[in-house]
Amino acid sequence: MSDEETATVNGGGIDRAGVEVLFDEERVLTPLSAETSEGEQELAPSSTTNPAELVIEQGGVLRVPEDSGLDPSAGDAHFGEGETMILNLGPQHPSTHGVLRIMVELQGETVLRSKPIIGYLHTGMEKTGEELTYVQGATNVTRMDYLSPIANELVFALAVEKLLDVSLPARATWIRMLMSELNRINSHVTWAATNGMDLASTTMMIFGFREREMVLSFFEKTTGLRMNTNYIRPGGVAADLPDGWEDDVEAIIDTIGSRVDEYDELLTGQPIFRERTEGVGIIGPELALAMSATGPLLRAAGVPWDLRRSMPYLAYDEVAFDVIVGTVGDTFDRYAVRLNEIRESIRIVRQILEKMPSGDYRVQDKKITPPPRARIDESMEALIHHFKLFTLGLEPPAGEVYVAVESPRGELGCYMVSNGSNKPYRMHVRGPSFVNLQSVPALLRGGLVADTIAILSSVDPVLGEVDR
Amino acid sequence: MSVDGRADAPTGASGDLISPGIAGLRRIATTSDRGDEIIFPSRERYIDAVRALKDASFVTCSDLCGVDYLTFFDRALPKGVKPERFEVVVNLLSLERSRRIRVRVQVPESDATCPSLFFLYPGTENMEREAFDMFGISFVGHPDMTRILMPADWEGHPLRKDYSVGRVPVQFKDAPGPR
Repeated sequence: MSDEETATVNGGGIDRAGVEVLFDEERVLTPLSAETSEGEQELAPSSTTNPAELVIEQGGVLRVPEDSGLDPSAGDAHFGEGETMILNLGPQHPSTHGVLRIMVELQGETVLRSKPIIGYLHTGMEKTGEELTYVQGATNVTRMDYLSPIANELVFALAVEKLLDVSLPARATWIRMLMSELNRINSHVTWAATNGMDLASTTMMIFGFREREMVLSFFEKTTGLRMNTNYIRPGGVAADLPDGWEDDVEAIIDTIGSRVDEYDELLTGQPIFRERTEGVGIIGPELALAMSATGPLLRAAGVPWDLRRSMPYLAYDEVAFDVIVGTVGDTFDRYAVRLNEIRESIRIVRQILEKMPSGDYRVQDKKITPPPRARIDESMEALIHHFKLFTLGLEPPAGEVYVAVESPRGELGCYMVSNGSNKPYRMHVRGPSFVNLQSVPALLRGGLVADTIAILSSVDPVLGEVDR
Repeated sequence: MSVDGRADAPTGASGDLISPGIAGLRRIATTSDRGDEIIFPSRERYIDAVRALKDASFVTCSDLCGVDYLTFFDRALPKGVKPERFEVVVNLLSLERSRRIRVRVQVPESDATCPSLFFLYPGTENMEREAFDMFGISFVGHPDMTRILMPADWEGHPLRKDYSVGRVPVQFKDAPGPR
């Protein structure tokens, strides 16, 4: 069937027929400028939003049901025309961490409703994933969340392995864990840097990027690339750790461990930083769970939910670490949670240094991982395996799996459907940034427009993953 | 809140199913695939089934996505479930039990609509918009059923299997549309 037919059957107006009750067909959209118009995706002025919708819409596009703790009577319906204005933040704004556009409705300096408008970085990675074989797929997913490529590769590899039903050698698992934790340190340090920048602490920005470089150098040494490493692949990892990796890793964690204390000194006790973050952008545990928030955003709200602890994968049940939780759920808590998670990750890495087992770094099943390069010259079998793997790839049995890991931003999930061929029939990635972004209107509501930047930064969205 | 972050046992491998013990899920097909529990309610019973699960401590909807089974129509389904072109796949999470459960709903091509979970889980807002954008499955009751990733005036739904890849390499402003 051609797309044209599909569009007439299911697209356009017919699709929307079911939601007409909530939509005022007559509502006039007034885009701020034709240049950036996203049409009906934009935040409509409250005067053109019908009252029924406005009541559901408390907190912007958030539209939380009434029992979720937000007071519907604190709505905006009582503001007359001209009392509020809609302001556009982004898509080109240094504090949006990419190309995120937030439309905020302001009454004076107070944010009433807001709506994140996304899609500017959409490159159809899920569609691309259906066109690449399982062997090629890791190169695609690693580009989604560009600050935690290891987590992306890990969730993809785990999904493929669950479809294949293979178990990994212990060393492969521990190498993955080591890289994941280094990646978490790297990501949180980068977050601390950009968050400092958003709050006008350029010192923090320089500090954070300095530390990040240490981890990236180790990634480069191990994987050949600083970012988008394509290191974790179905069946294990691409290469063993380089000689002397223990010294490198020890230098990284010793340095960053002491530098985290410096961050603590620089920011935690600083009156300006505390003023700007304490009590700003509060989200409670019930609302955070209802909004499907995960990661530091959820933990700062006081919910001790960490997949590494609660639904252990890799060998996280064999290392000791604490799940950091906040009490208030404000911007400061999210900062504190991340800062202490760096310390916990360092603790995990120390244990990995002690416990790293020896052995294979990938499955020795030649239908899943390629033979060593040297074997190809001497063995016909090895040549055939190599050729088959890189042309045809691997073919997991039909079925569907959902796998989730704790990425630095929250639950990173991969839903994969196999039809028995060498390409995923469907590869869906549940991006934590994409989901956490829904909470932003709830966090912004009632705050000052100046706090918008601090709050947005504390949610830590990576737009590459939001838009995929 | 009685949320305990620590699980008694790693999940997934433990075989016993939860859904037969939930009254609201009677006579809904249940399967277990690689340790994941999956239920297949009809579209009519979808909301009730999810509500029953929500009452049974599945307080978070971690994921919702669509699948287009146009070219893989003969997938394995339990007895009594009539395959349709589209599926809406929902992953619910129970923090108390440290368990996931997957809900798969068949959505026919001729009437690609599905009730919205928004009023049970407001966190499905972005996910349902994404499924609408990518598959053209319309979620009835969703307050903002608009495209989310593609531009508002885009034609077609990219993740459908009859939508080819690479047709429009670059989208220029004022250039002719996709076709």
